[in-house]
Amino acid sequence: MLRLCPTFAAAAVLLLPLTADAARSDAVIGMTLEPPHLDPTASSAAAIDEIVYANVFEGLTRIDGTGRVVPGLAESWTVSDDGLTYTFSLRQGVLFHDGTAFDSADVKFSLERAKAPDSTNAQKQYFEPIRSIETPSPYEVVITLDYSDGAFLFHMGQGDAVIVAPESVDGNKSHPIGTGPFRFERWQPGDRVELVRNPDFRDPDGIALDRVTFRFIPDAAAQVAALLAGDVDAYPNMGAPETLARFEGDPRFVVDVGTTEGETVLALNWRRTPFDDPRVRQAVMHAIDRQALVDAAMFGYGTPIGTHFAPHHPAYEDLTGLYPHDPGKAKALLAEAGYPDGFETTLRLPPPSYARRGGEIIRAQLAEVGIRAQIIPVEWAQWLDQVFTNADYDMSIVSHVEPMDIGIYARGLDYYFGYESEAFRQVIDALETTVDDSQRNALYREAQEILARDLASIYLFQLPKIGVRNAALEGLWSNSPVPANDMTAVHWAD
Amino acid sequence: MLGFLTRRLASLLATAFLASVIVFVVLEVLPGDPALLMLGTEARPDTLAALRAEMNLDRPPVERYFLWLGGFLTGDLGTSHTYNVPVAGLIGDRLAVTLPLTLMALVLSTLLAVPLGFLAATRRNRAGDYAVMAFSQLGVAIPNFWFGIVLTLVFSVTLGWFSSGGFPGWEGGLGPGLKALVLPATALALTEAAILTRVTRSAVLETLEEDYVRTARAKGLSPAQVMGRHVLRNALVPIMTIVGLQFGFLVAGAIVVENVFYLPGLGRLLYQAVNQRDLIVVRDVVVLITILVVAANFTVDLLYALVDPRPKEGRG
Repeated sequence: MLRLCPTFAAAAVLLLPLTADAARSDAVIGMTLEPPHLDPTASSAAAIDEIVYANVFEGLTRIDGTGRVVPGLAESWTVSDDGLTYTFSLRQGVLFHDGTAFDSADVKFSLERAKAPDSTNAQKQYFEPIRSIETPSPYEVVITLDYSDGAFLFHMGQGDAVIVAPESVDGNKSHPIGTGPFRFERWQPGDRVELVRNPDFRDPDGIALDRVTFRFIPDAAAQVAALLAGDVDAYPNMGAPETLARFEGDPRFVVDVGTTEGETVLALNWRRTPFDDPRVRQAVMHAIDRQALVDAAMFGYGTPIGTHFAPHHPAYEDLTGLYPHDPGKAKALLAEAGYPDGFETTLRLPPPSYARRGGEIIRAQLAEVGIRAQIIPVEWAQWLDQVFTNADYDMSIVSHVEPMDIGIYARGLDYYFGYESEAFRQVIDALETTVDDSQRNALYREAQEILARDLASIYLFQLPKIGVRNAALEGLWSNSPVPANDMTAVHWAD
Repeated sequence: MLGFLTRRLASLLATAFLASVIVFVVLEVLPGDPALLMLGTEARPDTLAALRAEMNLDRPPVERYFLWLGGFLTGDLGTSHTYNVPVAGLIGDRLAVTLPLTLMALVLSTLLAVPLGFLAATRRNRAGDYAVMAFSQLGVAIPNFWFGIVLTLVFSVTLGWFSSGGFPGWEGGLGPGLKALVLPATALALTEAAILTRVTRSAVLETLEEDYVRTARAKGLSPAQVMGRHVLRNALVPIMTIVGLQFGFLVAGAIVVENVFYLPGLGRLLYQAVNQRDLIVVRDVVVLITILVVAANFTVDLLYALVDPRPKEGRG
């Protein structure tokens, strides 16, 4: 018996954490950045949405984990044939967390507030097309637009367009009150935000967790320690890919690799020779081995892309095969364009490691075909000033993280690429007046193909969303179509 | 004495003023538009203009400096761009973590180092001395963030005695708050303790050679009396100098350690503000830290006067 005791004790110690997990009804989510406040309608900070989106606040529509528009506070909707009138049927019996009832007046209030001249909404342009909002009944909202906006339903599902109540709106920055499955409980600045289950939620059985805590841990080593010590159950966005190896071999953890909205591109300045020559752009693309770049610069995490579009989107087309890695062809194209011995150029790199590490690899790959790029590391302030604002650059690497931002290529000389294409602009114009999903997707594919063919930029890879979680915690998003940690479906495995 | 105080106070103020000028100038010569830098590429022109006005960017630099200095002196530190709250309140909350952390580390390192240094000095060139010197050699060589990571791995990940970081806040009581500071304060204290041990050892050794110690012994005082009355008091002067200087290192070390243990302190605020380009906060925090360090050194100067057994007349 005496002999058995230590073994038994050791076994008990080993078993304890596992049995404890199975009975748990709370989850601790780690985040790198702390939000400035908790009102998603008054800031573009992603950290706000990562806490409150779909948890505390809901919009008329919502975006699901694959980027699709699904019903939110609006159960259903119809769109008139001219694309100018949207009629939303609202869910009935929904309560705000302070007990006040949700109805069409709250929708009218929220959207008019966002559109108002003194609005501090970070995405005011989402609301610009709205001409009028009518509320024929408490559960019906009719929105009339000035001009057709194909992305209207997508925009209404963003954190910037969530529905707030006039009674509580002024306190939302410190004590957010919405209609979602979780209520705000407390914010310990610099440390954590805690949410608790909303017992009045319309589908109380659909929520598995009683409590969700978001903890703010910026340092990569501390993130690793917090996961290992069990202080944090999941880190949906791990900053440093170099720390992942230890979790991949550990059965207690699962590493989820998904995609974000971050298209990482090698921008070429179209205003300058030789990048105004399509053969030179093709040569650059042929010189680059995207997979080798991802392996070396991103520790193998990241999806090679051939155009400016997120791979998780249903309309995404894989165009990486258009100008595959082929140094021989690159040299031939350079010779054809009048640069048999290559040329000298510069490559400006902002601070993130994808750019600095990636830039070294790209310089080496370009050197193989005779393009001699001098690397110029710049701080963000310099990058914004030189590259973004004044377009004073040859080449630069940056990740465009805004969701569905393919339209930036229609800005022509106003944008730092300097890319001008009438055909592309027409597709973007058509998108603005098209509502039907399948038609929109067809247009998105056309737009992607034009960019890929023209090599408006050199498309490298999609930034990954790398999450590490306790193996028993299920239901977190693996992709990041909008910044969010939708906790509704998150649960502990039995 | 009064002259000494006035001179020290004047030098304190001059240092703080100089620090404010340097911080202002350094942030001023950064390339690019600070407002654009803070708001990012998608900033709307009206938001940008509002922030420029708030930061007084339309006025000449000298005027802006004095506007900022005036605000600083009256406790109006401006509004943090990322947090949208007054910087003064933000700094106050963070000081409630950093000051206890630094003081705890200061006390820990002194409690550890002074006895060890004495022990080493009185057992010069014997096993005890070598052991203590080996410890201090190691301590000086190893950076505090590494200590922090090792402490976390041992006491949080493996033993589970402490959480790996974070701070529950003082509202929950003194106990949980202090418990959260134990590992970080230890990590912070070890490096400083190593340095202090060496200083104590050599200070005591030097004092032991002094004539008045020989005289005291000759007078027939017991070894304990000699140590307590003569050696300790005289050796304290160099030890205090180092403790005072160490306060600066501890505050600097707190920036690193607070990030390892994700404590919501001043150091982490500064780190976050740098990352999020909240230049308003960066400026205020850097100047405040400078003032803290200068004030600590001023306190040490005052303590000299109390501790130093030599007559006060004729000294600085």
